[in-house]
Amino acid sequence: MIPAFGSGWLALLYKELLRFWKVAFQTILAPVLTALLYLLIFSHVLESRVSVFDGRVAYTSFLIPGLVMMSVLQNAFANSSSSLIQSKITGNLIFVLVTPLSPLDLFAAYVLGAMVRGLVVGMGVFLVTGWFASLSLQHPLWALGFAFLGSAILGILGLLAGMWADKFDQLAAFQNFLIMPLTFLSGVFYSIHTLPPFWQALSHFNPFFYMIDGFRYGFFGLSDIPPAWSLAVVASFCLGLSAVALTLLKRGYKLRH
Amino acid sequence: MAPAVEIAGIARRFGPVQALAGVDLTVERGEFFGLLGPNGAGKTTLISILAGLTHADSGTARVLGHDVVEDYRNARRLLGVVPQELVFDPFFTVRETLKIQSGYFGIRDNDLWIDEILHHLDLTARADFNMRALSGGMKRRVLIGQALVHKPPVIVLDEPTAGVDVELRQSLWGFVRKLNRDGHTIILTTHYLEEAEALCGRIAMLKLGRVVALDTKHKLLSSFAGLTVRVAVDRLPGEWEPRIVRREGGMYVLSLADYAELERLLAALREAGLAIQELVLQEADLEQVFLRIMARDHEP
Repeated sequence: MIPAFGSGWLALLYKELLRFWKVAFQTILAPVLTALLYLLIFSHVLESRVSVFDGRVAYTSFLIPGLVMMSVLQNAFANSSSSLIQSKITGNLIFVLVTPLSPLDLFAAYVLGAMVRGLVVGMGVFLVTGWFASLSLQHPLWALGFAFLGSAILGILGLLAGMWADKFDQLAAFQNFLIMPLTFLSGVFYSIHTLPPFWQALSHFNPFFYMIDGFRYGFFGLSDIPPAWSLAVVASFCLGLSAVALTLLKRGYKLRH
Repeated sequence: MAPAVEIAGIARRFGPVQALAGVDLTVERGEFFGLLGPNGAGKTTLISILAGLTHADSGTARVLGHDVVEDYRNARRLLGVVPQELVFDPFFTVRETLKIQSGYFGIRDNDLWIDEILHHLDLTARADFNMRALSGGMKRRVLIGQALVHKPPVIVLDEPTAGVDVELRQSLWGFVRKLNRDGHTIILTTHYLEEAEALCGRIAMLKLGRVVALDTKHKLLSSFAGLTVRVAVDRLPGEWEPRIVRREGGMYVLSLADYAELERLLAALREAGLAIQELVLQEADLEQVFLRIMARDHEP
């Protein structure tokens, strides 16, 4: 049943949630399985070879929050971007655009939908991978805060990519040449302290690094940089992207001609 | 009281193409209004501007007094648009599609009206089918349903019967007529001119982004009174060739102004020694009027 809507954007949010729920094998179970395979392979190969946080945290335990956050980020991006471009290409976006929904309504619905999918997948990855290591959430609010902000940022990036792309090929390029490298080079699989100085310095220009490092702090109370700093960077990035997305939505960038 | 639709000086250019070149148009409340024109005349662009899908370069458009840009929320609440393209969301069933569409307008508990729409569009039995499982005609009927879920007082139908079979077309027009009787303003674009002639009270014709005719259907028909003549002869005298509309098998179809011109044609045939094998006369219909107006208003 469709819940009682307070206003139109809730209907769009509901549609976004129903959309990914209807293909849950693809949108939820598959990324959970992928993360599990990453964990099995990387932990098996690297557990005894990699030391993180001066040996205070086992590699498998270190890896799990990274994989959880990576799954949150990738799936949040996938949700808003794929939903928007599918609607654009098939043309059914017209039925959203002819409604009284405001730019803020569209923003809220697409980004919240993306956040929910990202967080649901992240929770699934956490539950499945948690069997392989003993983990404790030392600062759960920090972890939650970074998960919310990270999923929001990638939801907004997905929204921007979906607006910009005119075909699936362009969206795939955005995903494979921008989102994927930034995610993989953000410290999901390693601590940046294990990198040479140049790459360490470069990592500080990657906003995804702050999301994952801050999220990891929530688990271990340890991080490569102070979590408050990461929070400031991530929150600023989120606000900046929100302003860009809202401005473009107001202009109808590539949506209204 | 504000008219249903008020369009003033709307212009829109897409690169080198002037899609609309200063269109002025008013549709009164309760009208069944036809918007006709050949492909590329600007009909869909005009409708898109009204629906907020396209920005105008200049001019204003209002729905029941609400500007479609400045006061877009109210304007869109009052407008229902059936798009020309057969578009649908493949994730949802027919009923889900209509309920979600209601939700976009902040309407809950819309089941009774959705059931009525499904009934009138002959979709009740398919309500729980996925959109992908429907035929083209059924998908088009769902598009109509989506445009009606919020009971808009002004309804724009952009080629609504393309691909819909005759029987369903009749039931669809029955439903739209009922909506019009109930007070909804209907704006129809169609390439089926006999539909426009049967349904519309007033008609605007667009060509190359300009309104080239705007009047009641009866005035258009009477002001362009004329005859269509189908005549089977071996050939036509050269001076009559410009009057040929088309060839139908062995017959020439000519568009003539009146019976006096018919007399002149017959005299010309006699003078040329051409024997008439068959002759059929037909009074002007909207198609004839349309063809004459389009031929008259050649490119500026």
